Amino acid sequence: MGVFNNLPLPFLVLSFLTILGALYVVTSKNPVHSVLALILTFFTISAHYVLLNAQFLAIVNLMVYAGAIMVLFLFVLMLLNLNKESEPIKSNLWGIAAAISAGLLLVIITAAFQTAGIAVMKSNAEGIGLVKNLGRVLMTEYLVPFELTGILFISAMVGAVLLGKRDKSETVKTEEIV
Amino acid sequence: MLSIFHSLEISHYIYLSTVLFSIGLFGVLFRRNAIILLMCIELMLNAVNLLLAAFTEYMGDMQANGQMFVFFIMVVAAAEAAVGLAIIVMVYRNTRKTDVSFLDQLKDS
Amino acid sequence: MNPIALILLFPLLGFVINGVVGHKLPKSISSGLGTIMVLLSFITAIMQWSVVAADANGSIAWDAYTFFNLDGILFKAAFSLDHLSIWMTLIITGVGTLIHLYSMSYMDHDKNTSKFFSYLNFFVFNMLLLVLGSNFLMMFFGWEGVGLCSYLLIGFWYQNESFGGAARKAFVMNRIGDLGLLLGMFLIVKNFGSLEYSQVLPAIAEGSSSNVLVTSIAILLFIGAMGKSAQIPLFTWLPDAMAGPTPVSALIHAATMVTAGIYLIIRCQAMYSLAPMAQELILWIGLATALLGALIGLRQNDIKKVLAYSTVSQLGFMFVALGVGAYTTALFHVTTHAFFKALLFLGAGSVIHGVHERQDISQMGGLKKMMPITYITFLIGTLAISGFPFLSGFFSKDEILANVFHHNIIAYVVLVIAALLTATYMFRLLFLTFFGEFRGTDYKLSEVHESNWKMTLPLVTLAILSILGGLLNLPHYLIHQDGFLANWLRPTFLIFEHSTHTEISTEIALISVAIFVFLFGFIYSRNRYISKGLSPETPTSGMGKVLSNKFYIDEIYNKLIVRPIEFFGYLLFALFDTLLLYGVTFSINPILKFAGRFNRKIQNGNIEYYLIYMVAAIAILLGLNLFFA
Repeated sequence: MGVFNNLPLPFLVLSFLTILGALYVVTSKNPVHSVLALILTFFTISAHYVLLNAQFLAIVNLMVYAGAIMVLFLFVLMLLNLNKESEPIKSNLWGIAAAISAGLLLVIITAAFQTAGIAVMKSNAEGIGLVKNLGRVLMTEYLVPFELTGILFISAMVGAVLLGKRDKSETVKTEEIV
Repeated sequence: MLSIFHSLEISHYIYLSTVLFSIGLFGVLFRRNAIILLMCIELMLNAVNLLLAAFTEYMGDMQANGQMFVFFIMVVAAAEAAVGLAIIVMVYRNTRKTDVSFLDQLKDS
Repeated sequence: MNPIALILLFPLLGFVINGVVGHKLPKSISSGLGTIMVLLSFITAIMQWSVVAADANGSIAWDAYTFFNLDGILFKAAFSLDHLSIWMTLIITGVGTLIHLYSMSYMDHDKNTSKFFSYLNFFVFNMLLLVLGSNFLMMFFGWEGVGLCSYLLIGFWYQNESFGGAARKAFVMNRIGDLGLLLGMFLIVKNFGSLEYSQVLPAIAEGSSSNVLVTSIAILLFIGAMGKSAQIPLFTWLPDAMAGPTPVSALIHAATMVTAGIYLIIRCQAMYSLAPMAQELILWIGLATALLGALIGLRQNDIKKVLAYSTVSQLGFMFVALGVGAYTTALFHVTTHAFFKALLFLGAGSVIHGVHERQDISQMGGLKKMMPITYITFLIGTLAISGFPFLSGFFSKDEILANVFHHNIIAYVVLVIAALLTATYMFRLLFLTFFGEFRGTDYKLSEVHESNWKMTLPLVTLAILSILGGLLNLPHYLIHQDGFLANWLRPTFLIFEHSTHTEISTEIALISVAIFVFLFGFIYSRNRYISKGLSPETPTSGMGKVLSNKFYIDEIYNKLIVRPIEFFGYLLFALFDTLLLYGVTFSINPILKFAGRFNRKIQNGNIEYYLIYMVAAIAILLGLNLFFA
């Protein structure tokens, strides 16, 4: 395993919070709590982005993920009225099986990294993640994918709207909006 | 800013990202609520985003390829979340449940 | 067209035509066709006589087709009509024509007449292949072919299960001998690089091959002859072969097929002359067979069985002749035996026909009044085989006895005893069948009838040949030179055959012994069966019982050989078939079912399970890639 001494404090604290949040996401019984924990995790990940000289990404992460996507999740949760979760918790056996599988993957990937021997030097580059740099790269090299994402969004929107439509035959009572 | 943290190496970010990924994976396998399932997937995606951003920093890539990739991952994740949630709502309309274990119509009878 | 091709073609055509469309033709046409085909072969062969006789070792050759070339060894379908093979051809086709003619009447009431004639023609074809082949390969082809035809014809009335069993027995015993023949042929190919007579026999005659090799080949070929020519221990098939129709017994088991072994040994004279150990073996086995056959024949009550054991015994005589190096004599006896044995069998068939398909002589008696021609010809045959002076059998048997006398006194004495028994049982058969009081219980003497001309003409022809056959090889003391057959055959022998010149005094002594033997048999049987009027014995004790039960040889074979093999078969069946084969094939189904059921459970439609499978699989694959790639 890597050297754990000399780790700077901010990194340690942030990582600790991230992992804690992630754990609470997967183990909480109340789904609203899970959503909120995930938002916390996103906050800490954004902080990591700042540490990694990816300032634009940090802001965008907050805006898009925590701001839009998580709100969407929360909205759907509220719509389905699932705050007091009667979700049957799986048996412990299942939890162990899931944990073993995930853990297996973790172990193997870690082992792969051990043998890979990554030796990457820190760079002294400035302004990698600033808007100016990213914008330039986006509009020159990644122009086509950028335009394609527009199409992607349109199709996603159309799909979502279509999926949400009701058949004409179904009548809606006011009690059941969903 | 990272010049302050000389002792921070790429391997630390690799471990962090892997752990986050595994936790997300565990959540996907363990949770029954479809919405929580999607959220755990988002967690996994974010772990990967973190790793990509770490690599662009540590390789000094002025082209910021990693960060570009993160950008597009976010785009796709957003679209996927929208559509996925729409599907979940549809399923709820039909089955009154969000429990994925009830979606076993494809089983071998 | 090459005359050999014609000779072979005619019976083959008869086989094909009768086999394919014979059942649609009227009986007279299909049977006539079969007969004419053999007759045509006979005529063609006769027409070649002058050509072949022109040269001392003259022959016509026909190299028909080369099957393949194995590293310089040629495997050919090649034939040659030389002095030896033309002699055999004439016997086969000549006697064969007469028997075909006879069958036209004998098999007239059968449902499958055309099948019979097609089989008969096929048999003649194969027999001709055997004798006309100029290499061991063609000889073997014909050898196996006649074995097959023997099976088909013995089991012609296969609806009777015991007849089918007899056919199988013949074939299997033959096969056992064939193993020896094959091994001999393998040795020949390996050591002499060819199967052609023209290459192998001179190479052997040179004398440079090792003695062990030549003796081994000789013995192995003799084992083949043992099976085909019914010598001890492979002879029990021949009496059982009487299950076939009588013309079959006459043609195959008297005149032609059983002589194939003798032909083979005569053909390989060079080999046997250089392998005295093999010759000794042949001599003693032939002696034992001659004696045994005669003893058993003394107490059999079925006409055909008596004649069958007689054939076994006479074949023993022929092998004795071979064993003392008298090859010409052996062929002489083959010829005369063909005449009188075919005559006897056809006569027996005529009797069977006349008494409405009965074969037990205890139901016969006094038939000579009702079947005169059959009686007279049968009498002639009996006289010939018993050695009545100046009939054919007398000359041939006497020559054998003379040759054996010069070789070994003990063998001579045994052979004389066998000849004595021969005369005895043959006259017993004659007297019990044709003389005395009628013993039939379920039919009347007045119902007995003589056979028609198609059956009596061959009888008369063969009777004449039996009388005159001796002219073919008159002995030295009579004409003061070598007999015709001896001169004819001598050029085909690569190694000089010692012709024994006996002094006239010894000769007279031997002839007296022969005449005494004949008289003894005649008088003894006459005394027993005519004067005393004894009926056919059904002995219940003592030596008679042993003889009439054929020395229990069949039972011994059954216990010692057949049962263990059957048991072994069942053992293998229980072990391998049931356990392995059935076990494996019938366990596949349950295994697959179980696997199916097990796998079904995996597909429960639940994505949570699927997800875990996926993750586990990815993890394992990555791990494998990581650690083993």
